[in-house]
Amino acid sequence: MLLKDEVGMLQRIPLFSGVEPAKLKLLAFTSDRVSYGPGQILFKQGDEGDAAYVILSGTADILVDSESGQIKVAEAEPNSIVGEIAILCDVSRTATVRASGPLEVLRIRKDHFLRLLREFPEITIEILRALADRLSHTTAELIDARSGRD
Amino acid sequence: MEPSLARYIWSHTKRQQLWIVVIVVLSMIPYFLSFDLPKLIVNGPIQGGGFEAPGATQPFMEFSPDLPFIGEIHIFSGFELTREGMLVALSLVFLLLVIINGLFKFYINTYKGRLGERMLRRIRFELVDRVLRFPPQYFKRVKSAEVASLVKDEVEPLGGFIGDAFVQPALLGGQALTAMLFIMVQNFWLGMMAFAIVSVQIVLIPQMRKRLLRLGRERQITARALSGRVGEIVDGIGTVHVHDTSNYERADIAARLGRIFKIRYDLYQWKFLVKFLNNLLAQVTPFLFYLIGGYLVLRGRLDVGQLVAVITAYKDLPGPLKELIDWDQARQDVQVKYAQVVEQFSAENLIEPEIQTVRYEPVGALSGPLAAVNLSLADDGGATLVERVSFEIHPGETVAIVSTTAGGAEAVAEAIARLNRPEGGKVTAGGVDLLELPEAVTGRRMAYASSDVFLFHGSLRDNLLYGLKHAPLRPATYEGGEAELRRWNIEEARKAGNPDFDLGSDWIDYGAIGASGPQDLFAVVRNVLNAVVLSQDILDLGLRSPIEPKRHKALIDRVLELRNALRARLEEEGLSELVVPFEPGAYNKEATIGENLLFGVAAGPALADKALAANPYFLSILRRTGLGRTLYEMGLEIAEQALELFADLPPNHPFFQQLAFMTPEEIPAYETLLQKLTNKPFEAVSPADRAMIVALSFAYIEPRHRFGLLSEDLMERIVEARNLFHQGLPRELRGQIERYDPMTYITAASVMDNILFGRIGHNHPDGPERIRAIVTEILETLDLHDEVLDVGLDFNVGAGGRRLTGGQRQKVDVARALLKRADFIVLNRPLAALDQRAQGQILRNVLEEARRGGHSPAVIWVLSNPAMAAMFDRVIVFSAGRLVEDGTHETLLAGNGIFKELLS
Repeated sequence: MLLKDEVGMLQRIPLFSGVEPAKLKLLAFTSDRVSYGPGQILFKQGDEGDAAYVILSGTADILVDSESGQIKVAEAEPNSIVGEIAILCDVSRTATVRASGPLEVLRIRKDHFLRLLREFPEITIEILRALADRLSHTTAELIDARSGRD
Repeated sequence: MEPSLARYIWSHTKRQQLWIVVIVVLSMIPYFLSFDLPKLIVNGPIQGGGFEAPGATQPFMEFSPDLPFIGEIHIFSGFELTREGMLVALSLVFLLLVIINGLFKFYINTYKGRLGERMLRRIRFELVDRVLRFPPQYFKRVKSAEVASLVKDEVEPLGGFIGDAFVQPALLGGQALTAMLFIMVQNFWLGMMAFAIVSVQIVLIPQMRKRLLRLGRERQITARALSGRVGEIVDGIGTVHVHDTSNYERADIAARLGRIFKIRYDLYQWKFLVKFLNNLLAQVTPFLFYLIGGYLVLRGRLDVGQLVAVITAYKDLPGPLKELIDWDQARQDVQVKYAQVVEQFSAENLIEPEIQTVRYEPVGALSGPLAAVNLSLADDGGATLVERVSFEIHPGETVAIVSTTAGGAEAVAEAIARLNRPEGGKVTAGGVDLLELPEAVTGRRMAYASSDVFLFHGSLRDNLLYGLKHAPLRPATYEGGEAELRRWNIEEARKAGNPDFDLGSDWIDYGAIGASGPQDLFAVVRNVLNAVVLSQDILDLGLRSPIEPKRHKALIDRVLELRNALRARLEEEGLSELVVPFEPGAYNKEATIGENLLFGVAAGPALADKALAANPYFLSILRRTGLGRTLYEMGLEIAEQALELFADLPPNHPFFQQLAFMTPEEIPAYETLLQKLTNKPFEAVSPADRAMIVALSFAYIEPRHRFGLLSEDLMERIVEARNLFHQGLPRELRGQIERYDPMTYITAASVMDNILFGRIGHNHPDGPERIRAIVTEILETLDLHDEVLDVGLDFNVGAGGRRLTGGQRQKVDVARALLKRADFIVLNRPLAALDQRAQGQILRNVLEEARRGGHSPAVIWVLSNPAMAAMFDRVIVFSAGRLVEDGTHETLLAGNGIFKELLS
């Protein structure tokens, strides 16, 4: 997969969809393309987060620790991003991500990503918009859930 | 320093100056004779004086001086020569005199040149010596660059002048006087005439020049004002438009230009007027000579020979005079410069030279307590940092100093290290004021490290051992030519008032750290490095550096062992794909195209980096394989992509580290180049432009950059070109490249590259980190760990240690302090760049390491985290510049004081 294909992938991710392609290209260029074998772990729950991962091909299991051991809560598919919260704020990983088969990802390092935001405020604004969007959705869902419970 | 330049010069060089003046006076004799000779030639053989009878002869070199009281004594009657013979003989004497005069000049010039250079050396040394003796406060006021430029540039003209200071007026004055005297002797009135005109010249010209200088200064000032004004107009252009004042500005600029014009015109007029007058005065005299002298000849009161000689002598008069005037100007100029230097380098409270005397023998341990007695400290602004603090620290005690913010603990530590002179009270060691102890005692028996680290440009080893270089302890032995050179160095150093310490001696005080010499130094250093957790960092530096082949032969000999061990380990862990090895017949996808083409490391400049693309032999290979065009097209594509990606980033952005193709500075050049080359056929592109573009392709790695520019076919062709390249490699390029050979060590590559002998795959998560861990282990099992550590110690830390991280620098500083094995180790928040956990670990290690080998130094540690105080015998607490608590950790914890507050 070439740099320009990676840019296409990034565009399809809601968090980045508003950012201009030229800047996404710079983001892709400064990120690493990494491959994982089946069962290899991208990051562990509780670790300090230093990068976000965009799945380019293959799938990954998202696992959460519980009293009865790890349980799979979701599956990450191509065109999705995992661990993105970690590159926006200092929180430890809330889940473990493990490759379920051969997996190709684009690793966006936190420091690179933050530098990009610092350099190009227009990207920051777009990301902010996407986050606010997500927040309003979550809020709406929360209200729904609460009214459902009541 | 001596405030008067003349006295300074005189006091240091009077003997030489006198000697040279004597030589100058001596040189006047042949100089005078050479004036007299033309007269003899003209009057004698040419005009036939004394040769009236045919075949007449005259004695040559007759020597019968006419002495007073005794009368004429006849010593040598000379050779009898005919008229022609006399002409030849006298002309030869003339030539001889010319040569003697030249030799005198040569000797005088070299002598005074050497004199000047020696004095320059003396002044420069004296200035730096003063820098070494300035009180610490002085450095807070001066800029280092200014001091450096004073030492380097400002005193430079002094050197040139000092050689001339007394000789020049003596020589030039002597010459002028000789010429004058000669003329006088020939004819008194002609002499008086010349004298009158010369006096006018000597008085008038410098006066007129003064005006020139003033005008020059004015010109400079007005020009500066103009440029300021233009800048102002540009910055305030909006205001100009808004107020319709553009014509006012025009008037202002026109007026300024007018003023500048006037000054410059004046300057020209005056300059050429001075020239004109000077020339006129110089030429008027010969005019008078011709006229009056000619008249006198006609009247028979002067002979032709005399007239010719007078005119010749006069020719030599204006030259020295002009130089004399120049000398006077230089003197004034240099005097001002010297005064500035003296002013800059005058400081009160200079450290006495005795405090810094070199001491070869070991210094006894400080057995008495270290005490602060009513110590008061202030910052530069005079604000009190610490007030009347007293405490005593006994040898062997470990003391934590804790303080509230602005509590004053750091200032106290600085005072103990003599970096801050007390406002009141004192710090004593064994009852003696620290400031009165020689630096040989405090610098060896006390150690200090703070977070404000300074490392010198040089290797890590030099910096670690810096604190042990107090005196040239083991003199180097020299033989033959080197010994001769050393003797010369010593002699010259003494003559210029410099010390003759030999930098080539071994300055390291091995005994102080319990080593017997260079051979077992490393063991001691390694312990200290482990204590400050710096070994791994240095190992990494070593892995990234090339080796010194002579010093690290073990690595060269055992490289195959290392390579095999790595392969085996990777195989074992199922990671064999992690490293793609270099194979002579295959393309290595993880390496750059350049590496694949060269298949080796450039050992010289001819094939390195971008020079490769311009190397004629390499170009011929590209042409033969048709790769030149392919790589050119590839380079264009890369240029386009790279410019698109990076064009709007500021030049110092860290992302540029990722851009392997070009540096930020090159971006504009490539932008223009790309515009020029778009749609231009390959054939029409100049070789230089082609090389610039082709060079871009060399850094390309497909899995890393992912532009999609590398096909299977291209890879094959590159391997083909590689083989061709090595087959026909011309002799002169053989030393320029070390080919990748699985069986040999490549000295131009780093240790890591040699062990890997391949490239780490780019798409493996944490590839480099895993390899590093594995390589470290392998080095440990093969017992090569220390060898690589030693390579790491050769790492050049850069100016001010900037090639190390802040944390590494602080660790080096602590290691340096530990290494000294001092009696009192003062650590002033030394590890501020590290996180608390790392600080705690190093603190524990350091307390333990300090006690190695039966030592029991006192450790005084200003803590940034009060929680760590538990590890010390005693805790001293400062708050608001006062000592508020002092006791063991337990007692302080039990009390309800500030310490407890700080802890919570």
